[in-house]
Amino acid sequence: MKEPLAYMRKAQGSWEKRILKSLNSMCTELNIPLAQKRPASEQKELLNKWNEMGTDEPDLSLFRPVYAPKDFLEVLMNLRNPNYENGEQPSFRNHLGLIQVPLKVKDIPELKEDFSELGLNIGQLGIDDSAQVPPEFFENEHVRVGQKVLAEQDSAAAQQYVRQGCPTALRAELWALILNISNQPEDILYYEQLKSNVIQHNLLVDSLIYKDVKLTASNDDYYFVFEDYLYQVLLCFSRDTSVLEHFAYSSATPPKSYIRGKLGVEEYAVFYPPNGVIPFHGFSMYVAPLCFLYHEPSKLYQMFREMYVRFFFRLHSISSHPSGIVSLCLLFETLLQTHLPQLFYHLREIGAQPLRISFKWMVRAFSGYLATDQLLLLWDRILGYNSLEILAVLAAAVFAFRAVNLMEVTSLAAAEAVLADLSTLKVVPLLQIFLFATVT
Amino acid sequence: MGGDAGGGPGPLQEIVFRNFYTAFVSVRVQRARGPRRWLTCVRRRRLMASPHAEQGAQDYFSLPRHQMLCDVDQVTAVRFILRQPSPVWLHFTIEELQIFPPSQKSPPKDFPSWLSQLAPPQQPPGPHAELPDPEKVSAEAQQMWVLTEVIRARQAAARIGRFDVDGCYDVNLLSYT
Repeated sequence: MKEPLAYMRKAQGSWEKRILKSLNSMCTELNIPLAQKRPASEQKELLNKWNEMGTDEPDLSLFRPVYAPKDFLEVLMNLRNPNYENGEQPSFRNHLGLIQVPLKVKDIPELKEDFSELGLNIGQLGIDDSAQVPPEFFENEHVRVGQKVLAEQDSAAAQQYVRQGCPTALRAELWALILNISNQPEDILYYEQLKSNVIQHNLLVDSLIYKDVKLTASNDDYYFVFEDYLYQVLLCFSRDTSVLEHFAYSSATPPKSYIRGKLGVEEYAVFYPPNGVIPFHGFSMYVAPLCFLYHEPSKLYQMFREMYVRFFFRLHSISSHPSGIVSLCLLFETLLQTHLPQLFYHLREIGAQPLRISFKWMVRAFSGYLATDQLLLLWDRILGYNSLEILAVLAAAVFAFRAVNLMEVTSLAAAEAVLADLSTLKVVPLLQIFLFATVT
Repeated sequence: MGGDAGGGPGPLQEIVFRNFYTAFVSVRVQRARGPRRWLTCVRRRRLMASPHAEQGAQDYFSLPRHQMLCDVDQVTAVRFILRQPSPVWLHFTIEELQIFPPSQKSPPKDFPSWLSQLAPPQQPPGPHAELPDPEKVSAEAQQMWVLTEVIRARQAAARIGRFDVDGCYDVNLLSYT
């Protein structure tokens, strides 16, 4: 079902309309069509430099991202249920955080049950494979089990297995097994067809993608080497009509347009972009970590597409789903408020609502904020538990870890500075301590 | 909060409605024969997992006959009792209420009923197997053909992967409707 709550559907519709207006006005200002066929010479040129599109330096100064995560946060902050007592007077009904909708979120006892494989007495990659621990304790056996799971090609067992982390050598195959990606000849053919669609038609969205990659992944120490791959994946992604199928269970609706100026004539109705997804600032960071695992463009493409239609789409659409960004934000705020009430109160008093800092982490599933090996360990758990709730738990755990420093800051800027650099954090110990070793 | 629905006596197959922030619903019925008191057929069915939270608040629900506590033939009146213990909601009710007697099943079937009738079980061929009766074969072949036509008609448009219209994808502005 798309979205049972009427007011959320309405909010998503208004948000989409804002995005459409923004894109339309960019179009009219720059006098560039949203889509047009490339002349033959341009097609040939693009085909020749397909593998090195990163060397292109088009003038992107006039383009701006359609929206950034903080714009989206403003929308979520203003989300209200008209049937809820949203009184101005502070009362037990009002939440102390930024999110004011009464969604059901889990508490730590429920999370402990759900994420039981992260328990203190269970071996984890990310902890029990560190240099100080002899590999006979856990690591060797875990790798052996992983190899067996791959040999049996057992998808359900793989999903259970990755809850304790994937060995680096097996991760690519295990993730593909869980997501059922096999890279058959017809999949390669499909990717080649998408590539030819990119060659034939030029989309305004392409410039947005270029700009996003140049602004984010190209500036990242870990991901800049994959710049060319990112174009090869994201440009094709925009042309992939099979992505439209995910709108059956997403609260979002793909943007529509009419060709040849035939407004309102259904025979000339098309979706724009063909996959219905308008990228925002930071979108390319969903793809970047996968480049460490997959080097064949067709397989990389399929893995990203599957990750998007299963998980990432929930991070930038308004819905009441437990893995939707609204629930994740509320889960984060509730966890922090319940278990670190002093910290929460302090940050609120100095005008540094914690969600303002952690929102961008969750929207990007922590890509670009954690070290890559740590990020992959986190995404192991997303796949293993088939849920994005771990993102909210990690966000709260990060605040808990830096609580002492945060208690001493006196402004939002200072709080941001304390939490600016997450690259030294070890994800699995943080999650374990927060869930299983904190006195509640 | 409650509501009554009345009419001539009749049997009940299913009650379908859309929730709007009701936490628990009870249904009582009055029967044509027997004592004139209200019998509970659905007792405190939980609609919302937590009365304070959104889960289940605007979902569709179905109460089929086999989940009811009492016999619901010959029902003359139905009473719905809605409970919402949480003070945070401004209103609560149920909407799009539909009560189905046994003749109608929801959702209605799409294809004619004769198609769904199974052919009578064939006798296993004896030791002196004969050629099958040509009339029977042609009748079954016809049934198969009609079935494939129905399936083909209902199949969603094939995934060709094309996003253009006749090779043209010149888009100027997005539509707001």
